[in-house]
Amino acid sequence: MYIDPHVHMVSRTTDDYQRMALAGCVAITEPAFWAGYDRSCAQGFVDYFGQLTDTEPKRAAQFGIQHHTWLCINPKESEDIGLAREVLAEIPKFLSRPNVLGIGEIGLNKNSRNELVVLEEHIALAKSRGLLILVHTPHLEDKMKGTRIIMDAIQAHGVDPGKVLIDHVEEHTVRMVLDRGFWAGMTLYPDTKCTPQRATDIFEMHGTDRLWINSAADWGVSDPLAVPKCREEMRKRGHLEQIIRKVSFDNPKTFLSQSANFRI
Amino acid sequence: MSIPLTSKQVVDRYFLEHRAKALDIAAFLDRFDRAAEAEGVATSSTTSDVRVRALVAAVDLLRDGRPQRACRMLELWSDRSVDPIAAAHTKGAIGAVPLNEPGN
Repeated sequence: MYIDPHVHMVSRTTDDYQRMALAGCVAITEPAFWAGYDRSCAQGFVDYFGQLTDTEPKRAAQFGIQHHTWLCINPKESEDIGLAREVLAEIPKFLSRPNVLGIGEIGLNKNSRNELVVLEEHIALAKSRGLLILVHTPHLEDKMKGTRIIMDAIQAHGVDPGKVLIDHVEEHTVRMVLDRGFWAGMTLYPDTKCTPQRATDIFEMHGTDRLWINSAADWGVSDPLAVPKCREEMRKRGHLEQIIRKVSFDNPKTFLSQSANFRI
Repeated sequence: MSIPLTSKQVVDRYFLEHRAKALDIAAFLDRFDRAAEAEGVATSSTTSDVRVRALVAAVDLLRDGRPQRACRMLELWSDRSVDPIAAAHTKGAIGAVPLNEPGN
């Protein structure tokens, strides 16, 4: 039994829901993200938020998987502040939907000034509503710098780091995230981010408190079964079942249960 | 939480996988050099391509005998400036930065 706390099911087939259920997935959370193209207007996001809060929960329920979501305009589309503010104005209309956990995945992409402005407006919205936050950290060479800027911005707003998950950490960012009191997520990707082997190494070096794994499976090169594959890597190394359960079920459950909308 | 494997078990379990990955790096550099020689441009030892330079520098890092190689390799490939950039003109990342530049 496991939770995949970051997966973009709008980009996956129904067969993937079926395979995840067979592998033991009982709950997922799906952050709003970039569709691979820029949407032309705020109405495109309204339609997407409807998909995340209505269509996907029904699709997941067919396989006994509880579906939850996070809403935002993602950092890749945040350079246009005018559009971002139009989308931000739409988000409150969806926050009362029963599967919404909070604001995400917000963060930075290229670490630009406009991205930071939009990030801070999302943080303010989350804080004003007492919502959880799921953070996307930048890719590759931009990750280390962006992770620092994001954490500074969140703490400058006085948000409790215990209500924030900083995602896509790797060896060079995991320690700084945990040391500042945030939760951290490791994304399991074949080519970028972490492999199951490296994620297991990170658990061995940094412990299992406030740390989880996710597939972040989407429309790119990714694997919706990455979490069970990492569980298997840990099992093959001889780690205890209770440790494997902690990082793939108990930790996500503990963090996500801070939202009354999380169901398992 | 420590690693439950012995050092011999680590080698027994992972050697062939990582032997193949080391060969892939060698073959990539050979491939790059063959293409560069055919074009008459700089090969991997003198190229200005930041990605190839970053990879070669990382290979040097592997051999320094110090711990935290994965962390240090990611730091080597990271932008170490601190201020937000004026504007994002692209969405993508390339995986490396110019070495030995101010801020890096």
